[in-house]
Amino acid sequence: MLADFGFAILVITFVLAIYTIAAALYGHFAAQPKWVESARLAMLLSFPLLTLAALDLTYLLATGDFNVKFVYEVTSLDMPTYLKVTALWGGQSGSLLFWSWLMAAFTTAVTLRKWDRDREFLPWVILVSSVTMAFFLGLNVFFENPFARFWQTFEGVAAYTFKPENGIAFTPENGNGLNPLLRHPGMIIHPPMLYLGFVSFVIPYAFAIAALVTGRTDDRWIRITRRWTLVAWVFLSLGLVLGGRWAYDVLGWGGYWGWDPVEIAAFMPWLTGTAFLHSVMIQEKRGMLKHWNMILVILTYALVVFGTFLTRSGVLSSVHAFAKSAIGPAFFIFIGATFVISVALLIYRWDSLKAEGQMHSMFSREALFLLNNLLFMGILGICFWGVISPLVSELATGAKVTVGPPYYERAAGPLFAALVLLMGIAPLSAWGHVSLSNLANQNGMEMEKRYALGIARLLWKPAIPAVLTLIALLLLGIRNIYALIGLTFVALTTSITLYEFWRAARARSRAQKENFFLALWRLAGRNRRRYGGYVIHLGVILMAIGIIGIEMFQTETQQSLSVGESITLAGYTVQYDSLAQFQAEDGRWVTRAVMSVFRDGKFITELYPRYDVYADGQPMTIPGVRSTLADDLYVLLVNWEGVTSQIAPFKVYHNPLVNWLWLGSFIFIAGTLIAAWPDEEPEHAPARARKSRPAYQPGD
Amino acid sequence: MQSPRTKFILGGVLMLAAVVYLIVSSTQASAQYFMTVEELNAKSAEVQGKNIRVSGAVMGDSVAYDPETLGLSFTVAHVTGNNAEIELQGGLAEVLHQAVIDPSRARLQVAYTGPKPDLLRDEAQAIMTGHLGEDGIFYADELLLKCPTKYEEAVPEQAASEN
Repeated sequence: MLADFGFAILVITFVLAIYTIAAALYGHFAAQPKWVESARLAMLLSFPLLTLAALDLTYLLATGDFNVKFVYEVTSLDMPTYLKVTALWGGQSGSLLFWSWLMAAFTTAVTLRKWDRDREFLPWVILVSSVTMAFFLGLNVFFENPFARFWQTFEGVAAYTFKPENGIAFTPENGNGLNPLLRHPGMIIHPPMLYLGFVSFVIPYAFAIAALVTGRTDDRWIRITRRWTLVAWVFLSLGLVLGGRWAYDVLGWGGYWGWDPVEIAAFMPWLTGTAFLHSVMIQEKRGMLKHWNMILVILTYALVVFGTFLTRSGVLSSVHAFAKSAIGPAFFIFIGATFVISVALLIYRWDSLKAEGQMHSMFSREALFLLNNLLFMGILGICFWGVISPLVSELATGAKVTVGPPYYERAAGPLFAALVLLMGIAPLSAWGHVSLSNLANQNGMEMEKRYALGIARLLWKPAIPAVLTLIALLLLGIRNIYALIGLTFVALTTSITLYEFWRAARARSRAQKENFFLALWRLAGRNRRRYGGYVIHLGVILMAIGIIGIEMFQTETQQSLSVGESITLAGYTVQYDSLAQFQAEDGRWVTRAVMSVFRDGKFITELYPRYDVYADGQPMTIPGVRSTLADDLYVLLVNWEGVTSQIAPFKVYHNPLVNWLWLGSFIFIAGTLIAAWPDEEPEHAPARARKSRPAYQPGD
Repeated sequence: MQSPRTKFILGGVLMLAAVVYLIVSSTQASAQYFMTVEELNAKSAEVQGKNIRVSGAVMGDSVAYDPETLGLSFTVAHVTGNNAEIELQGGLAEVLHQAVIDPSRARLQVAYTGPKPDLLRDEAQAIMTGHLGEDGIFYADELLLKCPTKYEEAVPEQAASEN
């Protein structure tokens, strides 16, 4: 009964979304605001309805009603309740419902905002959100019903939405259970974070389309959606980092990122989203790159849907093993249609999106922001080619050629390094309208020199620590040229960023006669976006240190050890002490080794690498890890089968600096919070204030 | 000097050229030829020394493993690389099963050094990266295994046995 009830709600919400689309369109074209209001109210209703459907499914999961196919697929009797509940996003149909539910939450938040000044956007924002929602609900209703039940008929048992003729409800005694690899805290929050990121990017896109349709193509849509974009971006970033952490903890290959097609699918909207976050600032400050911003937001939306499609359709084989399904063509058509319509609208409004200014210098801030965008797009191109190259080469030559992680590292590495450097240099540059009128007719070479000198004047002091770092690294015996370049860039960007804080805070403390730290606090409070951005940059730099460490300096060894024997790696000696085998409460067999770790002959700690075999035969290799800021010692007990307790095979990884990656991600999040924190500025500031913008000042 | 526009177009073109260069050269440097066991056997002369990715169904009886030296060898049977065909033939698990029991299938002997992966068992799908030796043995540098997971089972096992 509950299952039928859930499906009925899904159908009602789907019909409601169709109604919302129709009402918004009619209300707009017939100039009848009450219809638009009706669409708005209908959209508000979708959230409570979907909450009910999601709660219904969660209840079925928690109580283990295996008559429902989805419940059978992702839960089993031995699973703890919190895992049963979070299994909601452990399979395809449930995660599509979860997607729609999050989408409904976000559109509700948007719908409830004050629309006074933006009435004309309303029908179109409703339209775009509802079309997206109707699509995802449609998938649930027509292809992937999470409430489908098992029925026994003459032909056997199969899952149907409605009772088949002569069908008898069939309830298996136990379910398959969630794949043990997914029974990990990181895996419980990783998908929701990613989905939150995906879903909230729909909002900026909806406003962009609204701006294109209504012709109100100034930067209003960008100002409204600035925080949405930041929120989307931080969730997507978090989702990516958590996925990496999960891989590191559970997959037992000593890494965090494997350039798997599905990882790339989540990474691509992040790339365009990051480019978008930067380039909207140029539009706000200088009225330029308007076409570009539209292209970026359209691309991001397409990539978000594409990402959901890749993770959910099984087109590309990857470790994210979800079964194939019929929803592939539906996704393809939806992405194609929305993309074509968006681009058509953009072309239609092309002339009204003309830039208000012109870029003059290659060293002006807007030019460097543009370069940042090009670098992100370059990485996007590299990723996209990597994902589609097997398909392309198969069509062109008949041979299926794939590219692995070395391709991505080799091609994207230089661009990442350039981004790190640019992150340092760009804040030193001036917005290109310093004294536009004087410069416009000047000799181009002369102007470039002035801009470049402006940067160089600010650059030399922070460059000193970078040079010192390089010397220190050379003295430490590091000769890996890529690591030297990477870490020098990291040092330079760190010192410039800190220098920027120091310079501005000192100036303020002198001018306002404030204590330095108070000045720093107030400065950051006044200009959260700028200083939040710098904090994010610092987080990214720390993450870069971790990535350089593990990518360039990871060492590994493997060996079978008898009790008492040891492996030596990177100054550590790992000794095999003993082994125990026991059955855990949830029925899995645990084989656990005790390892003593020594350094320079001194005992440091014990590690317990584990090898679990779940009741269904699914094995899982859990590393024993000793983490410090300097390095991780990552010990795996590999494949216990057929080995006596006297001798066991081990694999040891030494991952230098990897913890900076996780540490950096915390700072990154803190920075985003600073940047996204609501300002005290009145919401009614005139939208076109930019027209009378003041000339550039330090701290602008 | 030239107008600002030319300057930026020039910069953009240079940047694009750099990215294209990186993509092309990196593709060439790390391209892997994805082949089936049949294709590999048919073109064994041409593909010597090339970086190849091949997949096949693991023959459970053939697995030999020495935990002391970590030397691992096994034989895989040909399976089609075409997803649509796999679907037609009743899904991956069925295709793998058919491959293993069919004595006329093309086969390939694989050598690998390293711990025996958890999932290396009969009728698993093995995806190997490496090169074909002159002796006809495939020397794998990397070994990935996939078992058709229970996720993909549409019908509960209990039910199937009741019919």
